[in-house]
Amino acid sequence: MPRAAHAPPLSPAEGPLAGVSALDFVGNTPLVELRNVRDGVAPGVRIFGKLEGFNPGGSVKDRAGKWMVEDGLKTGKLVPGKTILDSTSGNTGIALAWIGAALGYPVKLVMPSNVSIERKRVVTAFGAEVVYSDPLEGSDGAIRLCRQILAEDPDRYFKPDQYNNPANPLAHYETTGPEIWRQTDGEVTHFVAGLGTSGTIMGTGRYLKEQNPAVQIVAAEPEDSFHGLEGLKHMATSIVPGIYHEDELDLKVGVATDEAYDMVYRLGREEGLLLGQSAGAAHIVALGIARTLTEGTIVVLFPDFGDRYLSTNLWVGWQKLGEAKP
Amino acid sequence: MVQVRVPTPLRKYTAGSGAVEAEGSSVAALVSDLDRRYPGIKERICDESGQVRRFVNIFVNGEDIRFLNQLDTPLKAGDELSIVPAIAGGR
Repeated sequence: MPRAAHAPPLSPAEGPLAGVSALDFVGNTPLVELRNVRDGVAPGVRIFGKLEGFNPGGSVKDRAGKWMVEDGLKTGKLVPGKTILDSTSGNTGIALAWIGAALGYPVKLVMPSNVSIERKRVVTAFGAEVVYSDPLEGSDGAIRLCRQILAEDPDRYFKPDQYNNPANPLAHYETTGPEIWRQTDGEVTHFVAGLGTSGTIMGTGRYLKEQNPAVQIVAAEPEDSFHGLEGLKHMATSIVPGIYHEDELDLKVGVATDEAYDMVYRLGREEGLLLGQSAGAAHIVALGIARTLTEGTIVVLFPDFGDRYLSTNLWVGWQKLGEAKP
Repeated sequence: MVQVRVPTPLRKYTAGSGAVEAEGSSVAALVSDLDRRYPGIKERICDESGQVRRFVNIFVNGEDIRFLNQLDTPLKAGDELSIVPAIAGGR
């Protein structure tokens, strides 16, 4: 079978880390044009989705995971004998779990017990140890429990600390931003992404603004603190990440959970893209921006695919759509 | 009385309390009683048609009411009901 033109050489080099590994395939994700779910958008406005589900671990979080772990190795904060520890409601945990496994470091993750069963199983399959926090306290509960575990035995762990580690936005400054710039031939006018740790939008936004200060950086967030948009944060009522600088955003738009779910169903049926709920939320915001323009190139980041949520409340809607068929 | 566990984002209705008590012979009746005690909380849990919002999970003694009898799931004194949003926040 012919190999992809961009694939690194197959021959193994010396040393355990010198050969080709899944880590070499983080990033360089496809950008696809949304041709159908663009209600009321002028023909001069193009909307592109960046499919981060194509990363080896299945989400955008592979980028931050790789950058944070490699930074830990470079700075000597992660050395043999240490365990990688972090709080996560899912995708970062999966990224750290597979990257830790690939590099031979044990991984311990703190997640709220109501994360999806797929996530629990995937990280367990990579050999990570999982500690569950109170589901009623959401991801902030996991953050607090993780701090406690670290404080009890600080020398045992390397905590990437995705909420405060500059390597998280740096991953996007060095990869996501340049990819989008290249993939759109510098024509991008708006970048839309959801707010979780904010690493994606901070790093990508900084790079794009440096290339063209007129590029608009738009964040999608849950409209309320009580929501079901896995991975996204309602900043006003959450522990605010240290890497988050709201003044670098041009606009922040709230999205209702129900609308995001409905958008996920539409993107599946009308675009052939099975995406997660945070992608649905981001696309609603992208469409809102698109309708105000007569021309432009909007890039919206889709953090992961929807098959990671088949056991969750998202499925309830898919199931109903299925039943409604004649 | 039924023990009700309240998630952080809804504690603004319960004066910050994560565990409160309410009465009702079914989940629907309990949610209504909860709203009498803590006005405004019901519309966060249920939509305009009275159904539990898609992203909200209600557990009775650890069992998801979607797999029991939905809002008609019976309750008795001493039961524990938990209101749990689908996961949120920062991946």
